[in-house]
Amino acid sequence: MADFFQAIDQFPVTLKHWLMTQLGGVLPEWAEPLVSAALSITPILAVFPLMFALTTVIERKGLGRIQNRIGPNRVGIPLTNIRLAGFGQFIADGIKSLIKEDVVPRAADKVVHFLAPIALLIPVLLTYSVLPFGRNMVPLDLPQTGLLFFFAVGASTELSVFMAGWSSRNKYSLLGAMRAIAQMVSYEIPLILSALTVVMMAGTLSLSGIVERQMWHVAMPGIPGDQDGLLARWFLFTPWGLVGFFLFLTAAAAEANRTPFDLPEAESEIIAGYFTEYSGFKFAIFFLAEYLGLFAMCGLGITLFLGGWLPPVNFAPFTWIPSWCWFLGKLSALIVLFIWLRGTLPRLRTDQLMGFAWKFLLPMTLINLVVAALWHLLANSIPLVARWPLCFAMLAVPYWLLGRGFEAKFTKREYRFAN
Amino acid sequence: MLGTGILKGMVETAKNFAGSYHDPERLTTVEYPEQRIASKENARQFPFLVHDTEDPMKGLRCVACQICEKECPPQCIYIVKSKDKRADYKGQMQFYPATFDIDLSVCMSCQICVEVCPFESIKMDTEFELSNTDRFGGLLVNKHQLAKSNEHYRKIHPTEAAASDAVLAAETAKAQAKAKADAEAKAAKAAAAAGPVGAVASAPAPKPSSPAAATAAAPAA
Repeated sequence: MADFFQAIDQFPVTLKHWLMTQLGGVLPEWAEPLVSAALSITPILAVFPLMFALTTVIERKGLGRIQNRIGPNRVGIPLTNIRLAGFGQFIADGIKSLIKEDVVPRAADKVVHFLAPIALLIPVLLTYSVLPFGRNMVPLDLPQTGLLFFFAVGASTELSVFMAGWSSRNKYSLLGAMRAIAQMVSYEIPLILSALTVVMMAGTLSLSGIVERQMWHVAMPGIPGDQDGLLARWFLFTPWGLVGFFLFLTAAAAEANRTPFDLPEAESEIIAGYFTEYSGFKFAIFFLAEYLGLFAMCGLGITLFLGGWLPPVNFAPFTWIPSWCWFLGKLSALIVLFIWLRGTLPRLRTDQLMGFAWKFLLPMTLINLVVAALWHLLANSIPLVARWPLCFAMLAVPYWLLGRGFEAKFTKREYRFAN
Repeated sequence: MLGTGILKGMVETAKNFAGSYHDPERLTTVEYPEQRIASKENARQFPFLVHDTEDPMKGLRCVACQICEKECPPQCIYIVKSKDKRADYKGQMQFYPATFDIDLSVCMSCQICVEVCPFESIKMDTEFELSNTDRFGGLLVNKHQLAKSNEHYRKIHPTEAAASDAVLAAETAKAQAKAKADAEAKAAKAAAAAGPVGAVASAPAPKPSSPAAATAAAPAA
């Protein structure tokens, strides 16, 4: 029984291995690493863009329901009455954007304008190469630099966003690009600092190494869950991990330009921000890259705090589910959370955005680093039941103190002339 | 505390999300082509010409006075007056529109044509599905397409239609009363004129005074 589930779990790995051995005799020696890489990349290029396509429909349906509307439910199979509850929409959208006219402004810097969407999509896809999607399923395992690679490549999206805004020769594009630069640079710091806490505690930059540190059978001082226990040792279950996860999610939403941090493309203010002057498939690439960036950020959050591909508990029905299903399930849950947030929160103002990054997120991540260090140092002197509330209180008090400045101060408005 | 407002908001949206599935009362929209919301009584979209009789072209109330054409702010009405006259609902002889076109693409649904019409002959319709596959000819609506019965008007705007009917009834009654008064006055005048000649006319039969009436009476006599 366990072997059967093990086989399903490792099916993608064994399939690739089998294909490589079959091709081994046929292929010239120099082509083998290329084919191996292509075989690793193919599932990523198949799964995540498909997930993006489905997310666009689910997001529209979810936002509709949040606003007490029905949402898109028409497009199904053409020339039939089969509607598929509207899930044919993304195919229609894809065809539409492919056959739409590609308008390039006459004043635009044409080369840069053409390169910007490509320069955005490629780094976003590169970040997927270091994410562990399942047990033994990481396309490029960098044992020394995995997380560093993710952030280094992910940071270059700022350049492509500015390329798009600058080359369009449009004031709205440029405003959007300026906003994007300011926002991404500000939020990169809390994002990296909150991830740094995990690196400090796990003692490795390798993302698959970080997932292994959250396994139940790996002895780690200072993480709840006993040696052969039932509960997994996700970093989320520690006070610094809990706070760190939410700090990470906030910064990730800002990095991915998601509501409430969607100032760079604030459509009620600056049309579509940096991709105002893009149409047709270039626009679709921007859209795709934005969502793939969000998925990659969510994937990193899952790897760092939610135990990657590990099930939450270590007993039978949960361990039977393949590891990659756990990863995709957690990813879907986070996507739903982001859609929910988008349906709930209005957009921030620029000064609120900057103030939140520098006056709240940055101090909180620094405090979180110190608390994580204390958690580690006190591991042998204070029992877990006392250590957990102590460390949590050390984070909750600064949270309350720092948060006071950001609370909305509502007073009853006096309408002098109307009354 | 920071974040409680966000949580409250998320609870609210979650309620909406779940509620929209089991409580159809919450839904603010309908699935349009299949389901339709009955239009509001005060809705207005595009003008139509009211007619009273079975044959729309014979019963048009419009007398081609061209006030609406002159008042129309975007100048979307085009009227050609007829050469001949015909009797209107009061029996009065009037012109009628030989051509009455409204450009659908220019009309801005302002209802000024309705406000200025002294004959209760142009009213606003609630029909809103006006798209057309012919963007030149199809958007120029002629009098055959514009003519709609008074029953239709009563159906879409009951209150307004009742007021309009009352105005017309009053006009008709006034016209009839005037005709009657005129006839009586004429009769009295005729009697007065006849007085000196036949002073003993104790039972004055009203003499036909108009030549038309005389010719009409002659064959009968």
